[in-house]
Amino acid sequence: MSELKRTPLRDFHAAHGARLVDFAGWEMPVQYRSILEEHKAVRRTAGLFDVSHMGEVEVKGPGALGFLNHLVTNDVAKLFPGRVLYSPMCYPNGGVVDDLLVYMRAPEDYFLCINAGNIDKDVAWINEQAKGFEVTITHRSDDYALLAVQGPAACAIVQSLTGAKLDRIGYYHFAEGTLAGVQCMISRTGYTGEDGFELYHPAGDAQVLAEALLAAGVPFGLELTGLGARDSLRLEAGYPLYGHEITADISPLTAGLGWTVKLDKGVDFVGRDALVAEKNNGAPNKVIFFKTGDRRIVRAETPVLGADGVAVGKVLSGTLSPVLNEAIGSALVTTASSTGALSVDIRGTLINLQLVKPPFVQLKKSST
Amino acid sequence: MSTVPADLRYAKSHEWVKSAGDGTATIGITDYAQNSLGDITYVQLPKVGASLAAGQVFGVVESVKAASDLYAPVAGEVIAINPVLDSAPETVNSAPYDGGWMLKLKIVDAASANALLDAAAYEKAIA
Repeated sequence: MSELKRTPLRDFHAAHGARLVDFAGWEMPVQYRSILEEHKAVRRTAGLFDVSHMGEVEVKGPGALGFLNHLVTNDVAKLFPGRVLYSPMCYPNGGVVDDLLVYMRAPEDYFLCINAGNIDKDVAWINEQAKGFEVTITHRSDDYALLAVQGPAACAIVQSLTGAKLDRIGYYHFAEGTLAGVQCMISRTGYTGEDGFELYHPAGDAQVLAEALLAAGVPFGLELTGLGARDSLRLEAGYPLYGHEITADISPLTAGLGWTVKLDKGVDFVGRDALVAEKNNGAPNKVIFFKTGDRRIVRAETPVLGADGVAVGKVLSGTLSPVLNEAIGSALVTTASSTGALSVDIRGTLINLQLVKPPFVQLKKSST
Repeated sequence: MSTVPADLRYAKSHEWVKSAGDGTATIGITDYAQNSLGDITYVQLPKVGASLAAGQVFGVVESVKAASDLYAPVAGEVIAINPVLDSAPETVNSAPYDGGWMLKLKIVDAASANALLDAAAYEKAIA
């Protein structure tokens, strides 16, 4: 049995009372105090997340733009230095390999952030797809740690540690700067629906940065937050999680991410033909988001029943929303059934699914 | 470190029993159980008047992580259920032996609680 991988902050988490679990082969904090309390702290003040397990890949060279625009569905040509792009990358059949962030540092110099559970798969895929393009692909995951500060107080907390003018870094923009003396890529992005920053920095400086953020943040009410709260926050925000709402079998169009698929960006990309066909023919299934008006959590894999009680799909993600005080989730159902009554059976009780167009809560990400 | 009060009796399935001495008993789940479950989000309890056999599933406790069955440690008739748990199930996390109590039973056999684990035996079981 192989050992779990550790981020540079594993002992820091243990020292702060974290409950450590196996997440995608990494030893990660699922919670410190309470998933629900940490979730509420992020919406009320701020939370500090260690997401160093995520992967980083550099793509450089004269062919970088051409390659990336072939690799991902969104339009990389829209980027300029300092700008970030969210996009899925697809298989030829339109299924998703992963969703990722694409950072443009300079012409011919791009930086990708990929999901922890997909690092090996993605790096192999990216290298395979790069054949024939004039690019150099460098896997940098081990060099980088990543800390996220998310919540209404995030900007004030991060600003207190840096001379960089954060009001000049708008949503989905980034800049280089130093925080508490640590060199960081300061990215105004996040996975919670709140304003906040993701800070890419050298792995060796993670402890120093985490301690500095905690010290600066505690007077504001900053809390250490684990992956449990990270999941309930992203679901409240209506964000997909790879392996749930997007998979090798669920295309971005089926998942409701049509805005990330630029069929008309002027270049062919992997999966384009399949996605055009899906768009023209209509997809047989779709991802829906729901709430129930009940506190019983509707867990992943629970069958979803249509109007006549027959299964028309299954739940993909489910949790309790601490803000709404009811169960929320996502499900994959037949497109035909999605306009009719849908319910789930929880221990013999039929509970109706009320369809919701996400987000479940008002997103307060930066408006600058 | 879990709290295990000395004056209670325990089932291996992590329910505790507090005998009132008048033929009734209060039932809940232990500190070890609430800690293992994590944030408790919902508690399903039987109706007052329900008759329970020892070892019978009397309800469900749900947390963000999973749902777990609750087992009657002794046989009896349900004479009260904790009204607080409907709106504040997290009380089981913060006060598993006090405010987070789940049921009060009229016990069939007053001596049945003695067949359960005492505090020392339960501590060993969860070590």
